[in-house]
Amino acid sequence: MSQEFELSYGEIDYTVLGSLRRPSSGYWLLVGALVLGVVAGAICWAYQIAVGIGAGGQNIPVAWGTYLINFVFWVGIAHSGTLISAILHLFRAGWRNPIARAAETMTVFAVSIAGLFPFIHLGRVWLVYYMLPYPNQRNLWPNFQSPLVFDMVAISTYLTVSSLFWYTGLLPDLAVVRDRAEGLRRKIFTVLSLGWTGKHEQWRHYTRGYLFFAALATPLVVSVHSVVSWDFALSVVPGWHSTIFAPYFVAGAIHSGLAMVLTLMIPLRKVFNFERIVTVDVLENVAKTIIFTGLIVGYAYGVEYFLAWYSSNIVEQEAFRWRAMGAYSLEFWIMVVCNSLVPLLFFIKRIRRSIAWLFGISLLVNVGMWYERFVIIIGGVAHGFIPHAWGLYRPSLIEYGIMLGSFSLFFLLFVLFVKHFPSISMTEMKETIQEEAAHAG
Amino acid sequence: MWEFPLTLPLPEGYNNKVRDLYPSHEHNGYRWAMVVDLDRCIGCAACAVACYAENNIGIVGEQQLIAGREMAWLQVQRYQDPGRPEKVIFLPMLCQHCDNAPCESVCPVFAPHHSKEGLNNQIYNRCIGTRFCSQDCPYKVRRFNWFTWQWPPPLNLQLNPDVTVRSKGVMEKCSFCVQRIKEAHNRAKNEGRAIRDGEVQPACVQTCPTGVFTFGNLMDPNSEVSRKAKDKRAYQVMGYLNTKPAVIYLKKVVQEI
Repeated sequence: MSQEFELSYGEIDYTVLGSLRRPSSGYWLLVGALVLGVVAGAICWAYQIAVGIGAGGQNIPVAWGTYLINFVFWVGIAHSGTLISAILHLFRAGWRNPIARAAETMTVFAVSIAGLFPFIHLGRVWLVYYMLPYPNQRNLWPNFQSPLVFDMVAISTYLTVSSLFWYTGLLPDLAVVRDRAEGLRRKIFTVLSLGWTGKHEQWRHYTRGYLFFAALATPLVVSVHSVVSWDFALSVVPGWHSTIFAPYFVAGAIHSGLAMVLTLMIPLRKVFNFERIVTVDVLENVAKTIIFTGLIVGYAYGVEYFLAWYSSNIVEQEAFRWRAMGAYSLEFWIMVVCNSLVPLLFFIKRIRRSIAWLFGISLLVNVGMWYERFVIIIGGVAHGFIPHAWGLYRPSLIEYGIMLGSFSLFFLLFVLFVKHFPSISMTEMKETIQEEAAHAG
Repeated sequence: MWEFPLTLPLPEGYNNKVRDLYPSHEHNGYRWAMVVDLDRCIGCAACAVACYAENNIGIVGEQQLIAGREMAWLQVQRYQDPGRPEKVIFLPMLCQHCDNAPCESVCPVFAPHHSKEGLNNQIYNRCIGTRFCSQDCPYKVRRFNWFTWQWPPPLNLQLNPDVTVRSKGVMEKCSFCVQRIKEAHNRAKNEGRAIRDGEVQPACVQTCPTGVFTFGNLMDPNSEVSRKAKDKRAYQVMGYLNTKPAVIYLKKVVQEI
């Protein structure tokens, strides 16, 4: 951390605000490409609504396809944003400060995109409001026994709290931008910064409010992905109906989210010359946390097999035998290798301090976690109870299009954000320096 | 796992001390059930065809069938002994109208609805197409309308006017020919009596040449279904899941000579 100590307040402002300068043509090219991806996804979705959900590859028995895989994947990505910004804030882990803003941004955008997928996946999306407990003349309420209703409540709560937490954290920095901006931008940031003047009283309220939002967001990390796991665990399907699911999903979510933080931060620090703020020490700490979550995920894979064997339930045993050796065994082994074995490389100090290795492994973990959801969601039902109803699934072109659209939308939002808003919390960076100076003194 | 007792979809099938969390359903005079005698089944699939005709089931075509989108509410599944392929057992599989239905608890909007007469109704207007019910159905008997199916002329002339034609995005499945049950209700009400045993005949029951299916009221101890459910051969498919299916199978008795 001594590196950061050398930074002055002015240098922090200068470096971070530097990222807001007029973008290059390469930036607009990237934005243009991402917009094209989003449009392609939107066209695919429109086509699917017009002709029916059969445009996807789903069938009986595999009635859920990539839409639900992507839903769980994006909710998972969201989680470590909150881990870094809220939980580590409560633990006073100062190393989180340089990446907290970007991580929380990732959370808000990832949850928004995750929230799209249940809509995309509905057979009759125009009737989605049936899931809301709205007063109607027939007194017909949604079924609160259904995990999908839990989901709706959990995801919308999570999105609300994460957005508020994110925006609260942004306030002092928005004011910094406002003070240096001119013209239209100044007007926009004047509105956005909600009259922040930096008075003592405002800081007092701000730090309280930020702390409370962090405390509010922390249990949500556990609850939201537990609820997502209940979509599976509360069913009778062999391979899904398991008590390990909630902790296993939470750990997996944080695992994938941490990998996505690395995937986003490494190019970001390179492009915007944030190397002195987002130091290798910070990335190394993320990598250490990935070892931890990777071990939990690997343990959960083992426990699933143990439970199947211990249950003496042949349907359960067959489901797990097939998972490792059946039609989707390649996906299964991608999952095991990328999620539990590859992160172990981070035990080697040279690897976890090398930017190339960090970036490569983070990509592999992202891929592995996507396949984990594939193995669970597709593999579970493809090989269920009745042999006559066994069947396979292959995503259709429309599904690939929508997937491309979702990834494009996520990166588009993120790219727009980092260019137009301070993507590193100047406030928190200054706090870190101040604390370190106090300790040093 | 193999030795699970027959649990009728009636209050006596519930044991809240040992394995049931929720209380039993209260049924109103009737608890419809079906007995399928596997000893009689010759695998001709006339029942499946009758079901298609009676219930306006979509014809999906070869491509969609290969893709796993067959709409049959009732299908005759074949199981063979791998060592002796000549030994085939036919298992007519249809919605089991479970008392503890896995599909009912997971639907966010109550589209699968447990009726007062024990039917597992699918409310097409209510369905938003999450397909969770199908995912959770261990028997995989629920069918989803991936598209709006077509009945080009003259096929449109044979659609049954008593049954709705389902459009895209809606889950559907065997209803025990609820339109025929309703008709019997009307007749019985006009004559001021209860529905007689054997008066309701779903299309599969009516069509089967060998009398595999028996349909009736399980709450009436003298009905044929109640009598046959006491048979030593009676079992429920995957009884150990404790879904309490209302379709009770009678085992095929095989004797080695």
